[in-house]
Amino acid sequence: MRVAQLAGEADFAGWREQARLLAGQGVPAAEVVWQVGGQAADLFAEAPASNGAVETRALRVPAAFPALAEQVICHSDPQRFSLLYRLLLRLQDEPQLLKVATDPDVHRADAMARSVRRDMHKMTAFVRFREVTDEDGGEAFIAWFEPEHFIVERVASFFVKRFAAMRWSILTPHRSLHWDGAQLHVLPGASQAQAPTEDAMEAYWRTYYANIFNPARLKVKAMKAEMPVKYWRNLPEASLIAPLIAGASRRAQEMVMTAPTHPPERHLRQAARSDTGQDEAREAQQRGEAPVASWAEAAAAARICTRCDLYCHATQTVFGEGPLSAPVMFVGEQPGDQEDLAGKPFVGPAGQLFDRAMAQAGLDRSRAYVTNAVKHFKFQLRGKRRIHQKPNAGEVKACRFWLGLERDFVKPQLVVALGATALHALTGHSGSLMSMRDRDLSLDDGTRLLATVHPSYLLRLPDPEAKQREMARFIADLDRVGEVVPALRLAA
Amino acid sequence: MPQLSVMDKLEILSDAAKYDASCASSSTTKRDSLGGKGLGSTTGSGICHSYAPDGRCISLLKILLTNFCTYDCVFCINRSSSNVQRARFSVEEVVALTLNFYKRNYIEGLFLSSGIIRSPDYTMAELVRVAETLRVQHGFRGYIHLKLIPSASPDLVARAGLFADRVSVNIELPSEASLKSFAPEKQPRDISAAMGGLKLKIEESKAERAKTSKAPSFSPAGQSTQMIVGADGASDAAILDRSAQLYGSFGLKRVYYSAFSPIPDSSSQLPLAEPPLLREHRLYQADWLTRFYGFEVGEILDRHSGDMLDLAIDPKLAWALRHRDRFPLDVNSADRESLLRVPGLGPRSVKRILDMRRIKRLRLEDVGKLARSLTTLRNFIVTADWRPGATLDSDRLRQHLAPKPQQLALF
Repeated sequence: MRVAQLAGEADFAGWREQARLLAGQGVPAAEVVWQVGGQAADLFAEAPASNGAVETRALRVPAAFPALAEQVICHSDPQRFSLLYRLLLRLQDEPQLLKVATDPDVHRADAMARSVRRDMHKMTAFVRFREVTDEDGGEAFIAWFEPEHFIVERVASFFVKRFAAMRWSILTPHRSLHWDGAQLHVLPGASQAQAPTEDAMEAYWRTYYANIFNPARLKVKAMKAEMPVKYWRNLPEASLIAPLIAGASRRAQEMVMTAPTHPPERHLRQAARSDTGQDEAREAQQRGEAPVASWAEAAAAARICTRCDLYCHATQTVFGEGPLSAPVMFVGEQPGDQEDLAGKPFVGPAGQLFDRAMAQAGLDRSRAYVTNAVKHFKFQLRGKRRIHQKPNAGEVKACRFWLGLERDFVKPQLVVALGATALHALTGHSGSLMSMRDRDLSLDDGTRLLATVHPSYLLRLPDPEAKQREMARFIADLDRVGEVVPALRLAA
Repeated sequence: MPQLSVMDKLEILSDAAKYDASCASSSTTKRDSLGGKGLGSTTGSGICHSYAPDGRCISLLKILLTNFCTYDCVFCINRSSSNVQRARFSVEEVVALTLNFYKRNYIEGLFLSSGIIRSPDYTMAELVRVAETLRVQHGFRGYIHLKLIPSASPDLVARAGLFADRVSVNIELPSEASLKSFAPEKQPRDISAAMGGLKLKIEESKAERAKTSKAPSFSPAGQSTQMIVGADGASDAAILDRSAQLYGSFGLKRVYYSAFSPIPDSSSQLPLAEPPLLREHRLYQADWLTRFYGFEVGEILDRHSGDMLDLAIDPKLAWALRHRDRFPLDVNSADRESLLRVPGLGPRSVKRILDMRRIKRLRLEDVGKLARSLTTLRNFIVTADWRPGATLDSDRLRQHLAPKPQQLALF
């Protein structure tokens, strides 16, 4: 029988050193007794001497093993050292062993590591500091905590990083941590008597705890699963749990049974002041039942548009934008993903391409009015992506109401239809766009009209050569816009 | 009115805040206060510092700045027509409470919301002032979640996102029609437009930070929202469709479902009943199925299931029982997507099964070690040494697997 002596309960370095020597010599797990807490090295009498002994074989372990062992070594189970040593030996012949989660040793080590991690996490959650005044009158904080495993040193860095500017101590039965504002001292265990018994803030914390609890939703089991009873004795709020549970159903019943009261004076005064007239007026406007006096009124009424069902899923109405004195109005199909989120037309990829093409054609984008035939984004959800869908004739028709108002208030000299949907919305033409592209058209009121492709068409072309060719053609179309309305050209 | 103490205000304004389900403090940037400046840290994963007997995590100091409110949302304890006692914290009082709680390790940070006083912008500016004071004056590095007032100005929203780890807007109710009748002052368009704006800002800041880590982060823990369940007549299908649209449109981290709970001084327009907790639970399960298990809403609720989730059994089991022809599934050969659809297997156990079977053929006992429990699972799988036999075709399987009705455990 060999005795391997460790300096402390979670002495990973010591365990590793001893395990290396023993395993190197091929000592079977059953022949090693692991002991914690020797004072001097000479107690190692029966252990292999740490120098001089020749390792008979090189040890190999997967990278996951030291990480696992460092956790398992913190467990309170006295068997942990020999379990790890057995795993170390077995790994020499079974290098894939740690992946065999169903192996009894691996299964147990995994479970122990999980339990240690959970205890560490719970320590970061359930430590409760109490304030004291230190020697020089400054504030300092002391907590008493009883972890299940030997985890204190492993958790220390959490508290150091979080409370680096404070002075604090965490006392536990096994180890104590002291942070003086600059350095961490790990000292032996302490007793609860050394910790303060109260803190003025606890009354506030308990008040918060009692009031954030909803008595109509009692779920004691769920609470206990996450906040096991073993931690309760050091939680200042825990003594409230029993009375809160006891009173819960009565309080919930009272809420249900109490008859509604009359609203307070303040509410009535406020209600008298509030004016819902404006909302109603807009509602009538968007239905087309009340006259719309200005572009601003049209934009406001369009915001609550329910003329077709697209509003149900779209984020918001995307109304046209640009100076009301714009000589040219560009009409696209509908807002895309980005436009829908931003509430502004022509800001997505197609809009950016449009901006570049305008600049290349020498046109002043800021003096153009841009809008869409349909003002809500139509899409189909595929997982987390929104796939653009072409609006149908009914949707285009419903939205023509707004396009008409925009034309009334902007009165452009020229309207440019970008794509077939826009052309359809403006003229009712439902045939091919290409047949209309190079023609001088006019709208029913005589306004001149040009038709070209929608910039998103250019984005979708897969062939770079075709893309370049079509882009050039699109710019040429825009150049014609400049010929028809020279006022839109950028000043040279 | 007599002067209220900070303790009185805390009592009133935490009571007023408890109907917001979110308390998450996770997935923000990692920070600490090493170097001796400032206070606090975030680890990336949240910490629940306590649990109330309602089973809910207490991670943040969740309070309202004030419960005075000019809005009259029927479902809300703070609506203007309610007679609850009113209170208002000063910015400094909230800051002091947050710091004092934080230093004692009671909380991860602050979740601040407010009733709407004077105007949306005035209210929003007050909320931002709290966050700014904590961050700038006190070097607070803990977690801050700010509730956004939907129609607040873009400038204030930008500042809120700069100081907060998460900003959120509550959608409140699944349909626009219910919102109109229950929350007349809230404009559904303002709410969705605010969420759309947040998504763009969050993405923009992420893109900037990918280029340089010095770029300011905007709401690094993303945005979330909450929907009240059971106050209006919306079906589960309508609720889940709405959620799918919210996740898809706004990239939300979470949609929280909050069973409508009786409130003190309730309005006569609302159901006076126990909150539908089981329904809420089933909605969360269904939500999880769409986010982590590859289910579409249309599969969870289809034309055979009707538009309400089965309360007796969980939605995944319900789906499996409607698709018995797909089972039993051989755990030694099935692909990941199919395994995720087996009742009793989650993403974690599926991963462990896939890892394990590269090494050996799995027996039922092995699966028992990799999964949480075999009770339901065994009816749907084939292993090297196990086949479920005829039970899968039995009409009584559902009855057999449904949990027996239980009385709530007495404490």
